[in-house]
Amino acid sequence: MPDSFLPRGMTRRHFLQHLAGASALVGPAMSLTTALRANAADLKKRHKAAILLWMGGGPATIDLWDLKPGAPTGGPFQAIGTSGAEQICEHLPLVAQQMHHLAIVRSMSTREADHNRGRYYMHTGYVPNPNIEHPGYGSVISHMLANQTKRLNLEIPPFVAVGGGSVGPGFLGMTCAPFVVNSDGNVRNLPDLKEGHGGVGADRLGQRMQMLASLEKSFVKQERGQSAQDHANVLEKTVALMTSKQMDAFKVNQESEAVRERYGKTGFGRGCLMARRLVEQGVAFVEVDLGGWDTHSNNFKTLSDTKLPELDKAMSALVSDLDERGMLSDTAILWMGEFGRTPRINGASGRDHWARSWSVVLGGAGLKGGIAVGRTNADGTDVDTEPYASQDVMATICKSLGISLETTFTSRNGRPMKIANGGKVIQELFV
Amino acid sequence: MALTQGLIALFSARAEGRRLALALVALSVLGCSASAVFAAADEEPPAAVTPKVAGKNTLPQVALINQQIRLHWESNKLAPSAPATDGEWCRRAFLDVLGRLPRVDELKRFHDDPAPERKTRLVARLLGDDYVEEYARNWTTLWTNVLIGRSGGTERRSLINREGLQKALRSALQRDMPYDRMVFELISAKGVSKPGEEGFNGFVNFLAGNLMENGVQATAKTSQIFLGLQIQCTQCHNHPFNDWKQNQFWEMNAFFRQTRALRRFEKGREVAAIELINQDFSGENNQPEEAALFYELRNGLSKAAYPVFVDGTKLSSDSGYIADVDRRGEVARLIVGSEYLAKALTNRLWAHFLGYGFTKPIDDMGPHNPPSHPELLEALSAEFKTRSYHLKELMRWILLSEPYGLSSKFNARNKKDDPALGEKPLFSHFYLRQMRAEELYESLLVTTEAQNTQTSYEKQESTKREWLKQFTLAFGTDDNEETTTFNGTIPQTLMMMNGDLINKATSTEKGGFLQRVATDPKMNNAAKIHHLYMAALARKPTPQEIVIANELMLLRKGDPVAALQDVWWAILNSNEFILNH
Repeated sequence: MPDSFLPRGMTRRHFLQHLAGASALVGPAMSLTTALRANAADLKKRHKAAILLWMGGGPATIDLWDLKPGAPTGGPFQAIGTSGAEQICEHLPLVAQQMHHLAIVRSMSTREADHNRGRYYMHTGYVPNPNIEHPGYGSVISHMLANQTKRLNLEIPPFVAVGGGSVGPGFLGMTCAPFVVNSDGNVRNLPDLKEGHGGVGADRLGQRMQMLASLEKSFVKQERGQSAQDHANVLEKTVALMTSKQMDAFKVNQESEAVRERYGKTGFGRGCLMARRLVEQGVAFVEVDLGGWDTHSNNFKTLSDTKLPELDKAMSALVSDLDERGMLSDTAILWMGEFGRTPRINGASGRDHWARSWSVVLGGAGLKGGIAVGRTNADGTDVDTEPYASQDVMATICKSLGISLETTFTSRNGRPMKIANGGKVIQELFV
Repeated sequence: MALTQGLIALFSARAEGRRLALALVALSVLGCSASAVFAAADEEPPAAVTPKVAGKNTLPQVALINQQIRLHWESNKLAPSAPATDGEWCRRAFLDVLGRLPRVDELKRFHDDPAPERKTRLVARLLGDDYVEEYARNWTTLWTNVLIGRSGGTERRSLINREGLQKALRSALQRDMPYDRMVFELISAKGVSKPGEEGFNGFVNFLAGNLMENGVQATAKTSQIFLGLQIQCTQCHNHPFNDWKQNQFWEMNAFFRQTRALRRFEKGREVAAIELINQDFSGENNQPEEAALFYELRNGLSKAAYPVFVDGTKLSSDSGYIADVDRRGEVARLIVGSEYLAKALTNRLWAHFLGYGFTKPIDDMGPHNPPSHPELLEALSAEFKTRSYHLKELMRWILLSEPYGLSSKFNARNKKDDPALGEKPLFSHFYLRQMRAEELYESLLVTTEAQNTQTSYEKQESTKREWLKQFTLAFGTDDNEETTTFNGTIPQTLMMMNGDLINKATSTEKGGFLQRVATDPKMNNAAKIHHLYMAALARKPTPQEIVIANELMLLRKGDPVAALQDVWWAILNSNEFILNH
């Protein structure tokens, strides 16, 4: 007996109406952005988004963005000219041609030089605290842009982490958690509904879901804690995603050979290409991970042979591709890791953890490109200008996306928390 | 109630083709009506805090826990939740001790015991000879994850032999090795990492992967895991929030400077095994009779460090010659003799059974992070030490304690006791937590009776490891950090709905679990449904649940196995199943 099949669009619309009713996430700043955009058709194309290129392990920014050739701390790399006003590492020749879109902040100075603490701090703007879990960048931004994603009828999660775990949603709750996928673009255990779920078909899946819904509900009703409701919420999101055509955004293999070659056939290359496809679909925040920067030994060979070529291809392709498609002016790009690395080169040709003076790179979404903000001293051991920290970078990104810095969240135990931890906007980046 | 009836009505409506849509609607109701649903929840009469006189049969350590926990309820003016049902309690105990759900026959045996002794008897069984193999398997898994993480030893060219560590742990746990002895072995081990090699000592695999960069990670991990002290930040500077100083990190590090991991290669560059040895340390000052290491202060100056334990104990000699002093053996002795050892373990086990430790995180203790129940932590760890670091004794006390036996349902007078909101835990109700991926795996094998006794232990473990891989994300940092996507997010739900493991567990093949239940002549329809609920949720289905299941039976008329499959699939995907409650 063949299962009759409901047109997908209808199922989803029906579902989404209810989902919309269920959601109480209203970003205060959105009214502002909404006011700026009168034309709904235009809105479909032009929406705000951010892409975080996360360099897990802590990259030696002194060898990438703030070279000290000739200094004892300088290392062997040479600086080359760029399409902007600043010089960068010779092993990033393709990125050099996109630097007019990007700005380097060379006066980052933070205090967390432990991976775990550094990752948390750079993702949240807060130092770890045993009594509260702060939401990460992706959760905050996708939460603030929730009205926009709703208007775009986004059926896939608004926050996707490619190839890494990112940082969780903290007190914003599991519905704001990152959707973590591998860089291959295949979402594991995602069945094609047409084939029927495990051979059962949509009709029978629907009957199973009814039974499940009643189980879920009666357990939630017993009032045993938030996890029971969280489970129900995630279940709901998963079903929406299972039935969505938008899942195609994850399939980088649908791109032409030339495009895939341009980004590089590496994990990070595929991740960056996926990020572009996801943002096109309406995803508000994508984090793409490139790990392996923890170069306590053999720093220079690791960078020149593997890390930098992979980064160069993918990052330059992402920036230029977004630009060519007219998306760069609405998409903020942020490149950073948990900290920098010691100016001093250790006995194993490596550099150790260093948070006192390092760099991040950002651009897009109207941020001024081609410049460097701040300066370090001659050997890179200290910042000479006004220091910036995680919350300042976050405030800057929020502002570029039109998210109000007056936004205040309330944690589940009633603590008020200012967005970006009250960080100060880096003024030079706004023309 | 009305909602359930609505659902049943939906069920019987035979509007072909509309069911999925309806199901989605039904499900979306869950999201929007949370507050309404909460308001409608049955109010349980709040139990008054009455001093409970320790019965004749109450162990003194159990009485101690109950009394100390009650003190905090009283001073916070809250009332504990009612006790959990026996079924809930039994499910918890199996999950927390053996890492899997109870089988239906095990539940029956538990319920068949006379009520007053039911729990003590089950605890005795779980910690006794009947289950020694399963106990060892579960705690080997738990300790392996603590010691080397989920990804330790899984990458190419890793120096860690995961099977080697598991073999050593399993044998120690089967023999009930006291905790202090186990820690001593882990820290002081010498020998070869791989099972079957001459000189094999699986315990070397704890340190094997942590000796790069002069053993910085060995220093940090040893302190964190066994002492509950996070000193890794002080590697570069004095700790910003606690009293640890930079010199203390390097003085601890000095204990590991005689240790070397010698690689044994096979097929060119593949590491076949390592041998962990101690050898003379000539010191960075090249004076082996007083062997120093140097570390850099933030102002750029260098300072010398010699072995000094975190409590200030120095060695009789700072010589780097093994013949004079075995530094690693000494630090192992200092650690097992230290007051931190029992406290850190008590905190760890408490967190395992109760969902939250006395501190958060459990391995960052000290004056900067005061525990929620300082007196209890002190007294309980003293008892643990007095009882010769016998892990099963500590487990027994916690399992039989009042807080472990409470319902996970809030009542009107303990709503504020919610550590998920950042409050200090008061343990006035059982805190919900999700099963670990490993627990789900073992539970499904056991409840669907799919264990294959034909294959070897090693084969079973490696199949499980393959499956677990999909959830582990390593950060690739020097401290081998990792995270899991089996954390209640979409990837987990996708696996539960469509993954191989669930497809296998819900398979209708001949001879399989569902087919056997469906064709069992001793059970009628209601009994079959009952069996599935007991197997997964350790409770009977409610009358409404039987009605819904019967509707499914009708829809699948002529195919009872398929109907049971639908019921089973729904149960396995429910919050009640995946949450330890």
